[in-house]
Amino acid sequence: MTNIPETGRTPRVQIRLIVIQILVLSLLLTLGGRLWYLQIRNGEEYAEEASGNHVQQVVDPAVRGSILDARGVPIADNETRLVVSASRTDLMKMKDDGKAALAKLADVLGMTAKEVSDKVRLCDSKTPQPCWNGSPYQPIPITDEASPKQALQIRERAEDFPGITAEPTAVRRYAAPGKSNTAQVLGYLSPVTDEEIKKAENTDSPFLRSDQVGRSGLERTYDAQLRGKAGVTRYEVDNLGRVIGKAKDDPAQPGANVVTSIDARVQALSEYWLNDAMKKARQEFDKNTNENYKADAGAVVVMENKTGRIVSMASNPTYDPNAWVGGISGKDYTQLTGKKSNYPLLNRAIQGQAAPGSIFKVIPTTAAVNAGYDFNGSYPCPSSYSIGGQVFKNFESQGHGSITLGQALEVSCDTVFYKLSHDQWAKDGGNKPKKDAKDWFYKTAHQFGLGKETGIDLPNEVTGRVPDRQWKKDYWKANKDGWCKQGKKGGDYVEKIAYENCLEGMKMRAGDSVNYSIGQGDTLVTPIQMATIYSAIANGGTLYNPTVGKAIVSADGKQVQEIKPKSHGKLPMDEKTRADIDGALADVATKGTAAWRFGGWPQDKIPMHAKTGTAEVHGKQTTSWFATYTKDYSIVMTISQGGTGSGASGPAVRKIYDGIYGLDEDGKQNLKKALLPEPQKNLPKIEKDGSIDSPKIKPYKPEAPKPAEQPQELAGAPANWRRD
Amino acid sequence: MAGNNGFSVSGYGPERSSMASRVFARDSLVRRLDWPILFAAIALSVIGTALVYSATRNRTELVGDDQYAFLIKHIMNTGIGIALMAGTIWLGHRTLRTAVPILYGISVFLVLLVLTPLGATINGAHAWIVLGGGFSLQPSEFVKITIILGMAMLLAARVDAGDRDHPDHRTVLQALGLAAVPIVIVLLMPDLGSVMVMAMIVLGVLLASGASNRWVFGLLGTGAAGAIAVWQLGVLDDYQIARFAAFANPALDPAGVGYNTNQARIAIGSGGLTGTGLFKGSQTTGQFVPEQQTDFVFTVAGEELGFAGAGLILLLLGVFLWRACRIARETTELYGTIVAAGIIAWFAFQSFENIGMTLGIMPVAGLPLPFVSYGGSSMFAVWVAVGLLQSIKVQRPMSA
Repeated sequence: MTNIPETGRTPRVQIRLIVIQILVLSLLLTLGGRLWYLQIRNGEEYAEEASGNHVQQVVDPAVRGSILDARGVPIADNETRLVVSASRTDLMKMKDDGKAALAKLADVLGMTAKEVSDKVRLCDSKTPQPCWNGSPYQPIPITDEASPKQALQIRERAEDFPGITAEPTAVRRYAAPGKSNTAQVLGYLSPVTDEEIKKAENTDSPFLRSDQVGRSGLERTYDAQLRGKAGVTRYEVDNLGRVIGKAKDDPAQPGANVVTSIDARVQALSEYWLNDAMKKARQEFDKNTNENYKADAGAVVVMENKTGRIVSMASNPTYDPNAWVGGISGKDYTQLTGKKSNYPLLNRAIQGQAAPGSIFKVIPTTAAVNAGYDFNGSYPCPSSYSIGGQVFKNFESQGHGSITLGQALEVSCDTVFYKLSHDQWAKDGGNKPKKDAKDWFYKTAHQFGLGKETGIDLPNEVTGRVPDRQWKKDYWKANKDGWCKQGKKGGDYVEKIAYENCLEGMKMRAGDSVNYSIGQGDTLVTPIQMATIYSAIANGGTLYNPTVGKAIVSADGKQVQEIKPKSHGKLPMDEKTRADIDGALADVATKGTAAWRFGGWPQDKIPMHAKTGTAEVHGKQTTSWFATYTKDYSIVMTISQGGTGSGASGPAVRKIYDGIYGLDEDGKQNLKKALLPEPQKNLPKIEKDGSIDSPKIKPYKPEAPKPAEQPQELAGAPANWRRD
Repeated sequence: MAGNNGFSVSGYGPERSSMASRVFARDSLVRRLDWPILFAAIALSVIGTALVYSATRNRTELVGDDQYAFLIKHIMNTGIGIALMAGTIWLGHRTLRTAVPILYGISVFLVLLVLTPLGATINGAHAWIVLGGGFSLQPSEFVKITIILGMAMLLAARVDAGDRDHPDHRTVLQALGLAAVPIVIVLLMPDLGSVMVMAMIVLGVLLASGASNRWVFGLLGTGAAGAIAVWQLGVLDDYQIARFAAFANPALDPAGVGYNTNQARIAIGSGGLTGTGLFKGSQTTGQFVPEQQTDFVFTVAGEELGFAGAGLILLLLGVFLWRACRIARETTELYGTIVAAGIIAWFAFQSFENIGMTLGIMPVAGLPLPFVSYGGSSMFAVWVAVGLLQSIKVQRPMSA
C-alpha cells in the first residue's frame, strides 16, 4: 500500500472528506442566505405581520351626541336598554343551526319562534324584511326591550342560550319633549352598509361594523359630529388570545351635541295646530269639487327673521321616529314608505313644493317697481282681464277700481298684476321675444332665491321652479313627444292642451306670463323658500340660509362651535320699496284678506304682517298658503288640498303666534305664558360630566276655546274675506 | 470524574498549582484538546440556555409557577452532557470501540422498548420512554451514536489492521445491516426526523469509509426508493403527510398545519438585524410559535437576537463542523475518520433540517438543534459526540 499517506487513508477518502466539508459549508451558507432574506430583506414585512398577530383591538363604541332644542331640552338622546342579541357565528356552529336555542329564547322573550328566526336571517334579494342586513359576524339584536327579568334568565342559564347575550346598551331615543315629534327634522339612523365602511376607510372618522348612520334630517347632516369616535384599545395577546399587555389606548370620544334653534314647545304647538287645521279643513265643504277638503299634507315653518334660524318646522303626515330604533320592522317600513303611506318620511317644509298662489305677489310687486312702475301709482283693478278673447278673472270677480300696488297686495287683486305682467311680456317682444328681453318678473323671482335651494342644513331640499323662458324650452324638449302624440285639435280639455303644448309649448305665451304673475301655473315653491323670503322682507332684505343647527357643543361642554347665520343674497329692492311692501303686508293683517283672522291682535305692540294665498292645481283642490311675519318671526303654513289661505291656515298660524307671545284670544298679552317672546339667544349650558341644564317642559295642551267664537269661525268668511 | 476538573474551562486559575502545571504542560491532554470545537459547543449551549429560558418563562402550562423550571433543567442537562463528554474523552474512543457491541445492544433494546406500551407519544412522535419524575428518554438520540460507532468498528477493522485499503462488500453489507435494524424500528415509531438523520449518518459513514462508489450511489438510490415506498405504503401518519403538504404550500391552512411554519417565519423575519432584544419578542412572549424551546428554538434567536444573533449561531455551528472536518482528515486511523464523519453528517444535517424548517426551506420534522434546544437525551448525545471528536483529536492510546 505505497499510496497510503501518512494519515493512513486513501486519496479517495481524503477527497470524499473534502466533499463533505464543502457540502457542510454550502448547507450553512444556504441557511445564512435564507436568514438574510427573511430578516434583512423582508424584515419589515414580517415585523408588521408580527404586530398584527399579537395585537387585538377592542372597540368601545362612542356614545352618539344628543340633539337639543334651543334651551337644551333633548329632542334626540340615548337611553340604556337591555338588548338581547344573537351571534350568528355561534348559532351556526350548532347542529341544528341554533334553532333550539332560538326557540327557547323566543319563549323567554314572549315572541314566536318565527319572529326570532326571521330577525337573525340574512337579507338577500329574495328575503323580505325583517331580516338582518348588517355583517353576519356582528351580534344581531333581537329585541331592545328586554325586561331585567328576561335578561337575568338569559344570563343565568348561559349554557341554555349559547351565542345569546343580554347587555345594557345605549339606544337612540327620540324623547318627544312636550309632545313635540319633530320626526322629519330629526331624521333617523340605520346600520352602516359595507359600501359606506369602505368609502370612509381612510378618512379620519372611519366606520365600525356596529355603527349606525344618520339617514335623513339632522341625524344625517350632523352625522360626523354626532357620531364621535369609537374608542380602540389595542391589547397585546398571546396565541390563545390571553391579554399580556396593553399596546395602545385611544379612548372613545363621545359624539358632540347639536344644539338646534328648535324650541320644543313651539314645535309641539306648531305640530298640534297644523294637524288641527288639517282636521278642520277636512270638515269643510269644497264647492268646486263637491266634496270635503282632503287636506292630505301640510307644513308649517317658524323662522327667526334676523338669523334664519328655524324655531319650529312641522310636516304632516308624520310618524314616530322611534320606529327606526333597533331596526325597523317590516310592517312599520311598509307603513312609512308604501304607496298607501302618503309618505310621512317626507319633510314637506323643504321637500313639498306647490304653486304659491297669492303669497307670491310680493315678487311681481317688486318686479313692477324695478321695472319702473311707481309703488304708489294708480293701477286699475277690474273684475277681469282679457287677452285675445281669453278671460282672466279676479277671485270671485270683484273689482276695486284704481288702486296702488300696496292696495293690490292688501286686497290681493289679480288683475293689477295680470296687466303689469302682460305689458312687460309685450314689451319683451310678446310671442317673438327680443334677444335682450328684460323678463323683470322672472328675474326678480330668481333674485328672491326661487328655483334653487335655500341651503338649509337638512338633506334633500327641493328647488321649486321658476317657469321662465329657459325652463319652458327645456320642458318642451323633454315632453314634446308625449304631447304631440296625445294632442288632438278639438279634442277634450286635456287633448287640446296637449295639442297646444305640442305646437308652441316652447314659447312663453301671454297667458303663461299672466298666470305666473299671481303665483299660479307652473310656478313651484317650498314652504322654506317662502319663509326665507318673508323673513328677508322683515329683516331689511337679507335672504338667510335657514338653519336648524345652532351650535356644536362637545360632550363635556368645553368646546362650542357656533353655526353662524349665512346668507345667500339680498332682496332686489331698495329700502323704500321694502318699507312700502312691509306697510302693505301690515294692512293685509289689519284690513286686508287676513284681517278676519287677526281680530283683536295687538298690532301696536306686535306689528303683524301677512299674505294669504290660494293656489289652484289642475285636478286637485286648492292649496292653502299663509305667510306672515312679526319683528322677530316669520311663519309660513301650507295645506295641500286644504282650501283658502286664511280660511284653512289662518287660525292655526294665529294660535302659534298666540303661544309664542303669550296672547289670549282677545289679544291680551301675558308674558308669563309667552313661550318665546324673543328669540332664544343664549346656548344651553352643558356641564363637564355631560349633563345638560334644561328646563322641564309639559306636554302641550291647547286651552279650551271659548264656546261662542268657534261656530262663528266655522260658519264661513266674514264680509271682507275676498280673495287670498 | 477526576478528569472533569481538568477539562473544564474554569481550569484557568490565578495561581498555578502543580496540578495546573501538569494540565497545561506542553504535551498535556488539555493542550491537545480541540479548543475551537469546545468553545463553539459551550457558546452554543450558553446561547441555548438564554433562548430556552426566554421561550419558557411565560409558558405557565409548561413551567407552572416556577419560571426557572426549564432553565434549571436545561443547565443541569448541559452539565451532565459536559460530564459525559469528559468521561468519553477519559475513556477514549478506542476503548469504546471494544464496548460497541454492548452499547449497540443496549440502544437497540431501548428503541424497541419505545414500541412496547412503555413508549410514549410526545408531539405526535412516538419516540419516548417516560421514566417518571418528569424525566423521559428518547433512545433514538443514542442510537445515532451507536450506529456511528458500530459501523465504524466494522468498516475500519480490516483497513486499520492494514489488510485492505477500503472495506469489502461483505463488510459494507454487514455495516448496513447493523444500521438498518434500529433505523427500521425508529421508522415504525414513526420518528421520521430521526430516520432522515440516521440515513445521513449512514451516508457520511460510507463516504468516509472509502467504500466503493457503487455503494454510495446504491444507497442514495435505495434512499429515494425507500422514501417513495414509505409514502406509498402509508407508513407515515397523517400529521407527517400534512407537514410535507404544508411545506409544499405554506399558505395551506395557515391556522392548522401551516401554522407552525408561518408563525416561525414571522418570528424570525420580524427580528430584523438586531432583534427585539432578549425576552422582548412579541412572537415569543405571546407563544405564537409552538415547541419553541425544543424544535423551534431557533425562532427565539431570530426574533429576539435578530440576524446578528441567529447568524452567530450559524457561525458557531460552522466553526464546530469545520474543526470536526479537520479532525476527520487529520486523524491517522480510519476508525476515527469514520466516527468523525458520522458525527459531521449527523450535526450538519440535523442543524440544517432544524433551522431550515424554521426558515421555511425544509419540511417540518421533530429534530432538536444541537446544544441549543431543550431536551436531555439530545443534549447528552451531542456532548458524547463532542467527547468522541476530542478523543479522536487527542489520539489517546487505549487506556488501561
